[in-house]
Amino acid sequence: MSQAEKLRTGLLAKKMGMTRVFSEDGNHVPVTVLSLDGLQVVAQRTVERDGYSAVQLGAGAAKAKRTTKAMRGHFAKASVEPKRKLVEFRVSEDALLEPGAALSAEHFTPGQCVDVAGTSIGKGFAGAMKRWNFGGLRATHGVSISHRSHGSTGQCQDPGKVFKGKKMAGHLGSERVTVQGLEIVRVDEERGLVWVKGAIPGAAGGWVEVRDAVKGVKADDLPYPAKLIEAAAPEAEAPADEAPAAEAPAEAQDEGAKE
Amino acid sequence: MNLIQQLEQEEAARVLGDKEIPDFSAGDTLTVHVWIREGNRQRIQRFEGVCIARSGGGLNENFTVRKISFGEGVERVWPVHSPLIDKIEVKRKGKVRRAKLYYLRDRRGKSARIAERTTGRGIEARPAKGKKKTDA
Repeated sequence: MSQAEKLRTGLLAKKMGMTRVFSEDGNHVPVTVLSLDGLQVVAQRTVERDGYSAVQLGAGAAKAKRTTKAMRGHFAKASVEPKRKLVEFRVSEDALLEPGAALSAEHFTPGQCVDVAGTSIGKGFAGAMKRWNFGGLRATHGVSISHRSHGSTGQCQDPGKVFKGKKMAGHLGSERVTVQGLEIVRVDEERGLVWVKGAIPGAAGGWVEVRDAVKGVKADDLPYPAKLIEAAAPEAEAPADEAPAAEAPAEAQDEGAKE
Repeated sequence: MNLIQQLEQEEAARVLGDKEIPDFSAGDTLTVHVWIREGNRQRIQRFEGVCIARSGGGLNENFTVRKISFGEGVERVWPVHSPLIDKIEVKRKGKVRRAKLYYLRDRRGKSARIAERTTGRGIEARPAKGKKKTDA
């Protein structure tokens, strides 16, 4: 597939919640709204230096005061405000983006399919019925106390052990989950919003990674290597960004002195 | 206002366009004008019956209309903001004491009637005879 040759970056977004939109033919479409929230390129990984090519994206605003000195230096290098969340996206070498570039919601076009990865909601220690969809035991006919138990876990003296990987009760949720092939319904560049059809792992307010779908027919009119917000804007912003970034290490020294 | 509420308001405004949703509630007799697609042709179908429930809220609000068609009870449920609804007419306001009139499903004929409401919410009050009550 040509995917390996032309791999463009995904987007890091914050899940805002679910709602619905109505289509022209009267159907309603359940959608999850994602917000880009100050999404910028923070660093690059190149084949020469790192052995692979990727872009590191950052989103969300973090307080400079609460960012470690090392990370402040990292953000200052790209002249961007401190970010709340950093994520790397593998890209092909010709799709590398300059640090400081701000990504637009129009990176995705309505109708195309994406894969969304997020951290699912934690369920704690869950029984076999909830965790593995086991059927449980009967309600009557002599079953006592163990109506929701998993039942037998194996055979007899031979093999004399429980096989590894046996589905049993245990921790469920709060793990990385990817949902494939979700359709982009609408995008709003101004507010940095993306409407994705269907549900997305995680709670509202959680961070998710949105990538072009690995399965299905690829749309060929997608902006490559990426759709950026106004090439002029980052340049204008750059000096403004540098100022706080430059201040940040100074502040750190002040704090150190106070302590 | 949080983002989702704001987006729902915008979506409601977009779907409605210059349409307006009349003020109606359970017990009212409605005529709902619905777009029907038959092949490539579109036409409007009217569905007249009693609104027996409104459920949900905001953009997610639905309403249920019940009528007796050829001796058989028929109920249809639409989202209040459905683009398929061309118009909702309120024919008659009903006097009921429930928000959900599911009990009408078990009734036929005389016992399924709903008295007309002539006063109260959504109706301009007339000063009653012999009284000097003047609430506009």
